[in-house]
Amino acid sequence: MPETKEHSSAAEEAVERWQNETLDPAMAKRPERKKSFQTVSLQEVDRLYSPADTEPIDFNDDISFPGEFPYTRGIHPTGYRGKLWTMRQFAGFSTPEETNARFKYLLKEGQTGLSVAYDLPTLMGYDADSELSEGEVGKCGVAVSSLADMEVLFDGIPLEQVTVSQTINAPASVLLAMYLVVAEKQGASWSKISGTLQNDILKEYIAQKEWIYPIKPAMKLVVDTFAFCTEHVPRYNPVSVSGYHIREAGATAAQELAFTLRDGIEYVTWGVEAGLDVDRFVPRMSFFFNAHNDFFEEIAKYRAARRIWSREMKSRFGSSYERTLQLRFHTQTAGVSLTVQQPLNNIVRVAIQALAGVLGGTQSLHTDAYDEALALPTDRAALIALRTQQIIAEETGVVNTVDPLGGSYYLESLTKQMEDEAVEYFRKIDGMGGMVSAIEKGFPQREIQDSAYQYQKAVERGDQVIVGVNKYAMADEPSEVPILVIDETVRTHQVERLEQTRSQRDSGAVSNALEKLKLAAKNNDNTMPATIEAVSAYATLGEICSALRDVYGVYEEPAF
Amino acid sequence: MSNRKIRVLVAKPGLDGHDRGAKVIARALRDAGMEVIYTGLRQTPEMIAAAAVQEDVDAVGVSILSGAHNTLCPRIVQLLREKGMKDCLVLVGGIVPMEDLAKLKEIGVAEVFLPGSSTENIVKFLRENVKPRE
Repeated sequence: MPETKEHSSAAEEAVERWQNETLDPAMAKRPERKKSFQTVSLQEVDRLYSPADTEPIDFNDDISFPGEFPYTRGIHPTGYRGKLWTMRQFAGFSTPEETNARFKYLLKEGQTGLSVAYDLPTLMGYDADSELSEGEVGKCGVAVSSLADMEVLFDGIPLEQVTVSQTINAPASVLLAMYLVVAEKQGASWSKISGTLQNDILKEYIAQKEWIYPIKPAMKLVVDTFAFCTEHVPRYNPVSVSGYHIREAGATAAQELAFTLRDGIEYVTWGVEAGLDVDRFVPRMSFFFNAHNDFFEEIAKYRAARRIWSREMKSRFGSSYERTLQLRFHTQTAGVSLTVQQPLNNIVRVAIQALAGVLGGTQSLHTDAYDEALALPTDRAALIALRTQQIIAEETGVVNTVDPLGGSYYLESLTKQMEDEAVEYFRKIDGMGGMVSAIEKGFPQREIQDSAYQYQKAVERGDQVIVGVNKYAMADEPSEVPILVIDETVRTHQVERLEQTRSQRDSGAVSNALEKLKLAAKNNDNTMPATIEAVSAYATLGEICSALRDVYGVYEEPAF
Repeated sequence: MSNRKIRVLVAKPGLDGHDRGAKVIARALRDAGMEVIYTGLRQTPEMIAAAAVQEDVDAVGVSILSGAHNTLCPRIVQLLREKGMKDCLVLVGGIVPMEDLAKLKEIGVAEVFLPGSSTENIVKFLRENVKPRE
């Protein structure tokens, strides 16, 4: 369709010519399969992208070279030619003994980093013997109630050599303290250990909803870990700002990008207000994104993320330090995209999603196991997931050149579109007074709920195809897959250890440490030293969180 | 069938916070003309049963993704029956292994909707199975 612009560029004129001479006659003979083509985020995709679409994009300013501002093409000049991404499978189930065995199995099979999944009581700051923990101990992850559990979890795993990522948020400072004490007991130096604490409380209020305290004191705890790690554990990443859960809750790719990066900006703002030096703590912030089904949209999202972050760190905080400007991220394939129906199809979905993460330049990757829509993965399913990464790394050749899709008309246009959408969301959130107030107003929560509903409608209309579910469904499905069952004996086992721990510890030291912690919380001092003292005395997670609940109160979600 | 709108309590028991499913279902049932009450997160079976009685609902939709269904569902059904809500349907949605489906039906769960279920089918199920009131 010819446009009625006053000045068309040569590139636009070329597209017009193609449309008239080639496209229109072809369309007259054979129209397209459908009127509209959309991404999984329900964004319209054009028929063709050409130099006319990339005209507003400047190579030097917007794309540039890997390892150089604005890092669109990656933070390392050599991409994966220097170092492959870390293959980091998220694992945790049942008792610390069982998870320790799974960790050792994964390391033996060539995995290069660990990632701990905790169970729901741990995530919510309850001990295994709490009434609220009934039915949940060891189900969604490993159960950890005290340092005694943590010692078993990392038994025989050298923490100076293996980097460990911990998915824990509301009680993150407590689990960090336990980790540091275990490392110390192993003889590992805090100055040498490396790893990542998820510790992203903002996305809990936005999406995953595993919170304990009200937002502001919870943010204070996060800032405490920033300050503590900057001084004492300099190679440790105290936060992994996560879009993963935002996406799983139903956000579009652009919303995932926008809310995650705006969360990141919020943490930097709070850190700066607490007196931290941007160029000392921001280099240790990391990010975590989802890898969903729409291949190009995902790759564009990762590239846009790096570009936006470097620009925002420069413009908002005046940084020109390379490591502050470089966004590093972990990727996990989209659990929400996995189907119960014909579960082996999930292996294919995961492979394609993982490939998007790699082409987007991820620093580390978790590939979901094919049985995860049914239960936590079996050994066999977890192994195939790891092998998927190894095949991408060592067979496909996509790692041989840096940012192989850079310069693609479609991808560059989409990267810019993602950036524009995110910046528009920043404008709105800034207008609300920042992310904490936006969350209090329910803004990101409502945006995500709307997108989730629109997506469900699109699936039910058949506009979004899910193979094996709303198309190619089978009445009699072949082969059921074996699944991992976690029974209630796990709770009995954990409660026994907890009782033993409580009977053997110095209870005076525990109550002293808990009082110190409460005092630090009340006085607005850094809570990390007192937390470390409490976990060292074998105060339990539940006791520590309960002490902080006494000071801070608990979060009540407003109704949206 | 009387003109009374179907009333449904959408409930999220256990410690899990993943409420995408519960919220999508709640909205779809509302769009289908039903009256929906959403409990919010982390409700005990006792709180859910009490809310069901108070709201006089025709059905309770329980969303569980954490694997705690075998502990939570029997208690919810039992409490509802004890409180005299014998016609109140209990529907379960979420991640439930195939082996557990029969067990849940046996203890009185009317239907289990696994990932991939359409909201249309859930609406249809409720319309066909909710007992008409006098």
